[in-house]
Amino acid sequence: MSAQAQPNSFRTGPDERGHFGQFGGRFVAETLMPNILELEKAYEEARNDPAFHADMEYFSKHYIGRPSPLYFAERMTEHLGGAKIYFKREELNHTGAHKVNNVLGQILLARRMGKKRIIAETGAGQHGVATATLCARFGLECVVYMGAVDVERQKPNVFRMNMLGAKVVPVQSGTKTLKDAMNEALRDWVTNVADTFYCIGTVAGPHPYPAMVRDFQCVIGEETRAQMMEAEGRLPDSLVACIGGGSNAIGLFHPFLDDKGVEIYGVEAAGHGLSNLHAASLSGGRPGVLHGNRTYLLMNRDGQIADAHSISAGLDYPGIGPEHAWLHEMGRVNYISATDDEALEAFQLCARLEGILPALEPSHALAKVMELAPKKPKDHLMVVNISGRGDKDLFQIAEHLGSKIA
Amino acid sequence: MPALNGFAPTSSHAKDPPMTQRIEARFEKCRAEGRAALVTYIMAGDPDPETSLAILRSLPKAGADIVEFGLPFTDPMADGPAIQAAGLRALKVGQDTVKTLDLIRRFRAEDQDTPVILMGYFNPIFVYGVDRFLADAKEAGVDGLIVVDLPPEEDDELCLPALKAGLAFIRLATPTTDDKRLPAVLANTAGFVYYVSITGITGAATPDFGKVATAVERIKRHTPLPVVVGFGVKNGAHAAAVAEGADGVVVGSALIDALKATLDDQDRATVGSVEAVTKLVKELSEGVRSVAKRAAA
Repeated sequence: MSAQAQPNSFRTGPDERGHFGQFGGRFVAETLMPNILELEKAYEEARNDPAFHADMEYFSKHYIGRPSPLYFAERMTEHLGGAKIYFKREELNHTGAHKVNNVLGQILLARRMGKKRIIAETGAGQHGVATATLCARFGLECVVYMGAVDVERQKPNVFRMNMLGAKVVPVQSGTKTLKDAMNEALRDWVTNVADTFYCIGTVAGPHPYPAMVRDFQCVIGEETRAQMMEAEGRLPDSLVACIGGGSNAIGLFHPFLDDKGVEIYGVEAAGHGLSNLHAASLSGGRPGVLHGNRTYLLMNRDGQIADAHSISAGLDYPGIGPEHAWLHEMGRVNYISATDDEALEAFQLCARLEGILPALEPSHALAKVMELAPKKPKDHLMVVNISGRGDKDLFQIAEHLGSKIA
Repeated sequence: MPALNGFAPTSSHAKDPPMTQRIEARFEKCRAEGRAALVTYIMAGDPDPETSLAILRSLPKAGADIVEFGLPFTDPMADGPAIQAAGLRALKVGQDTVKTLDLIRRFRAEDQDTPVILMGYFNPIFVYGVDRFLADAKEAGVDGLIVVDLPPEEDDELCLPALKAGLAFIRLATPTTDDKRLPAVLANTAGFVYYVSITGITGAATPDFGKVATAVERIKRHTPLPVVVGFGVKNGAHAAAVAEGADGVVVGSALIDALKATLDDQDRATVGSVEAVTKLVKELSEGVRSVAKRAAA
């Protein structure tokens, strides 16, 4: 991929200023800097406190339902006729996606810091639902910013958040999607710095968020390692996950980054195709600065952020986590992309062969499994992260497939 | 590499570098007149390039001492609805960084004395190329930069190169910037310090003007630079209240609102557009000038 020297380990980043190579950093308004430094300190303390880890483990097991199974997808394996395919079943977590792993960590941290008001941005609504859920559980005020376009295409999740006692604020500015929800959450945070904790849903934003969210999501990869050892007596040969901001992917990938024999594939959303409207920041973007970090962004020649497009609201973001940008430049992870149509096809195949309705986000990963698996030998072990369940997408899928749900 | 290493603070020396000459001369003039400075903000290209240039040119005559010109950006995460909308109006008619520097060049051809501060977000500058941007901005007649999303932790990115290139990097200090943090915030700042009077976005809440003077005093204990105050100043009375305690008053969203009120239903300028802004600037200027301050010690 590039001529950069390979590090001894891919797992030591970021540096003390939050940089993964040239990516990451803390590009925020001065008003937020003291908060970000306070958060960094509080997270460092929590990370080194066994009591914090004990709380994490307790709620992961009894509330989220971890560990999530590593399931041998026998019929899909037979159908594709190549690699032996395993699903990491993150869609079975409480609230239906991997998002809750990170939210649990951040809400426990917010409690330690004495913050009573939680704000979050959400795209597909999964992070918003997870945040609303944990806020309900711990009796915290919850405000979720969601682009007005996403409110429209993810109605079931909006209703869920309302039922959980959260206030959902439809964001009317800009493109009315995830990036604008993040702008609005940052504006709220700038205004309410003293009592508010900003629970970011992905591995983006200013340091320490990309590292902290990654750490909370690494449970996915750590479990996968142990479960694969138990099932097959060895590590997997390849990993596949979808990428919007990239939290489910980094959670699966990170514990394997230094295992050189493990091939890693990150699947971005190619929307209508890479020469058309899409959301593939690495394949179609270049380095820039947005939302507190330097990373690959979709933008025009003047540095104005472009509209992203994906059928999946969760992947519809013009940026990507800075650690992915670095892994891309180092060539450790192969970043590829799947179109809306490919994801829809994979969704249907998975439903019929495995009796599992994946969300549209991991349907992108499955689309590439359909391409990669047949080319691999039968003893090749491939893990795909089923990061969320598809219930939230049924109305939209029905519309695309030309049927109508009453 | 430590963020704040290698450069002595330029601000605390009696002999400031040439970059701040226009800014310094202007504050000197205001002090001599025994008053605070009026700093005005408008967005480049809003609602179209020629109108924004006409407004820019009218500002000094209406009483503005320093002009800030906004560099449009799609995602202004520290700005309120007025400035967000102004940026989008400008982008819609094709405003970009090259065109914004062109407008400043044309302004500078007619006005050699009024300091011009370019204010915006880092991405358009980063994409333009930092070195090329600094050279072009300097050549166009820009005196200083305010880049909202570059705290001192990221000084290597633009602040230090700007100082080297002879452009002032004006820093924002906020109510959350405590005494422990202030020295780092002020270390590489030049020209003046911009105190954001509220924790919040532009154009939102009106600050408690009584607290402004105390906050300015706190900052002045750490720097000899002039301290200007902005966020939430909407009229002549506000301007007068802020002028009591500060070396300058910044007004932005209120001017943009005044302009917006004159636009037609397709966001185009009308005959009254320029005058609506200058009328408010005159009121603000009268507010600032109504407060007598002791001439410079």
